[in-house]
Amino acid sequence: MAIKVRKPGLSTSIQDLGRPGYFHLGIPEGGAMDRFALRAANMLLGNDEGAACLEAVFMGPELEFEADTWVAVTGATMPILLDGEPREGWTAFPVSKGQVLSFGFLKEGARIYIAFAGGIDTPMHLGSRSTYVIGALGGLDGRPIAAGDTLPIGTPGKVSERKLDRALLRPSQNPVELRVLPGLYWDRITEASQERFFAEDWTVAPEADRMGYRFRGGSPMEFVPREQPFGAGSDPSNIVDGCYSYGSIQVPGGTEPIVLHRDAVSGGGYFTIGAVISADMDLIGQLQPNTKVRFVKVDMETALDARKERKKRLQTIRDALTTA
Amino acid sequence: MKTRYTFGGDEHIFVEMDDEMSLEAFFKAIAISRAVQEAKIDGVTEILPANASFEVRFNPDIIHPDTMMAKLKELESAASNAEPRMQTRIIEIPVYYQDPWTHETVMRFRERHQDPSGTDLEYAARINGYDSVEAFIEAHHAQPWFVSMVGFVAGLPFLYQLVEREKQIEVPKYLRPRTDTPKLTVGYGGCFSCIYSVRGAGGYQMFGITPMPIFDPQQQVTYLKDFMVFFRPGDIVKFAPIDRAEYDRIVAAVEAGTYQPRIAEVTFDLDAFNADMRGTNARLMEALHGN
Repeated sequence: MAIKVRKPGLSTSIQDLGRPGYFHLGIPEGGAMDRFALRAANMLLGNDEGAACLEAVFMGPELEFEADTWVAVTGATMPILLDGEPREGWTAFPVSKGQVLSFGFLKEGARIYIAFAGGIDTPMHLGSRSTYVIGALGGLDGRPIAAGDTLPIGTPGKVSERKLDRALLRPSQNPVELRVLPGLYWDRITEASQERFFAEDWTVAPEADRMGYRFRGGSPMEFVPREQPFGAGSDPSNIVDGCYSYGSIQVPGGTEPIVLHRDAVSGGGYFTIGAVISADMDLIGQLQPNTKVRFVKVDMETALDARKERKKRLQTIRDALTTA
Repeated sequence: MKTRYTFGGDEHIFVEMDDEMSLEAFFKAIAISRAVQEAKIDGVTEILPANASFEVRFNPDIIHPDTMMAKLKELESAASNAEPRMQTRIIEIPVYYQDPWTHETVMRFRERHQDPSGTDLEYAARINGYDSVEAFIEAHHAQPWFVSMVGFVAGLPFLYQLVEREKQIEVPKYLRPRTDTPKLTVGYGGCFSCIYSVRGAGGYQMFGITPMPIFDPQQQVTYLKDFMVFFRPGDIVKFAPIDRAEYDRIVAAVEAGTYQPRIAEVTFDLDAFNADMRGTNARLMEALHGN
């Protein structure tokens, strides 16, 4: 079974749950920006939860099926069309040989996940099929999909018509609240700057991709004066190059915060003020440029509770879909 | 040196051995990160050593962050008694300084540089007090370097030179990062040299290029067949200046699958190095050329 790519969309790539374990060599974990949506798409089809899917950002691809199969689309809200006929998101639906799947204009969110019964079956690289474009690793030759590509599909399990009750999804917010645990080099900025970071509105800048999301609109930060340590560089926002973490917030020059995401650079010489908590990373993957965002200060216990809640929500969905 | 522990969100602990760069801080970071690895703590998913710091990623569903933090602090005292000595390898990396490809890129991004009227090498030579670019290049390759961190992007080494602090080269990064850097560019920022493993954005000053691939996701290059990343923290590097003819010869040999980097196994002892830097370096370089 295979699927033909007629049009690739904007930057559509093969992703799964990533390749942990190589960040110490500069190879990021990668994988779906919105892990929750990828897992749900696979659950709908009875796939392994970490099976490889297509992640399409802002614009969907156009795909032709070479055999009968089942499909599920989750994540952002974008009209789904099978031979021009609408289909529902968060739902498993059958497709026939020769039919064409296409998409309308994006309505809400940023990334859709297109799962196929059996999952995409490209070769594994360092334990994952995820595409890491900067390192030319994974996916199809380490690049986004292109017109004319053929996507190999694995052997499906038992699939039936399944639908996810959207009441089980995390409710959307406006403005979006990203919870942050202050730390790392947080003490490099003044108390007034620390307060402003959480009090002001920020918006997603156009520079927002799999490596990181940049935010603008807040005040420039004031640094606590110091003599720069040897090897750090002369700008007050410079540190001796160290390792970064997923979700960590760096602020080059003290102006525009960047939250590192799944394809993060593993280290560098900019100070960081803390990190977005693990439970809120998926939310970032669904932010469009110009979206208004608030950073909310939390402590470790709140971060751990949020993590438990996310896990519980996934389990509820898992239960609902396996008993259905 | 004062160790500082901090959480990076709910999955990471960042440990800074010192806020300034030194071989002592690097060795301490390596020693503790090895101790953490050997302790095989349930829930630790990755250990990332860096120049003067390291980071541990853990799964908070398995180990509570406070417990993780306490374990790391316990290991610090154990590791601080470790001898600052390591078994490692020295590798010769050929460098074509002032090559046409980085020069073209240097000129293309001139308006993002501190000194748009010259080249990166002219600027770096001047602010470090060298009379000529040639004398500066000589200082860059005459003494060996430590790979003090691997990262940023796939397999990129950060290198710290094995010389007295007053002889360390220091340069700022570009005022605004470039959107392009040729693959295998030898760069410089702060007190670190680096080799860009892939083409892409970058902010380091550009000095030259090596013909020797250091990252190969296809694993076609003979010496990268076992693993796609060449460098490991703790490797020692000696740059060797080459000309265009030698550059072309090595590129052809890499393609033909006949190129083998010059490598020797060595022991590095920090105390011995501090007691006699030039003597230690001379012995390292002898080992490189002895086999």
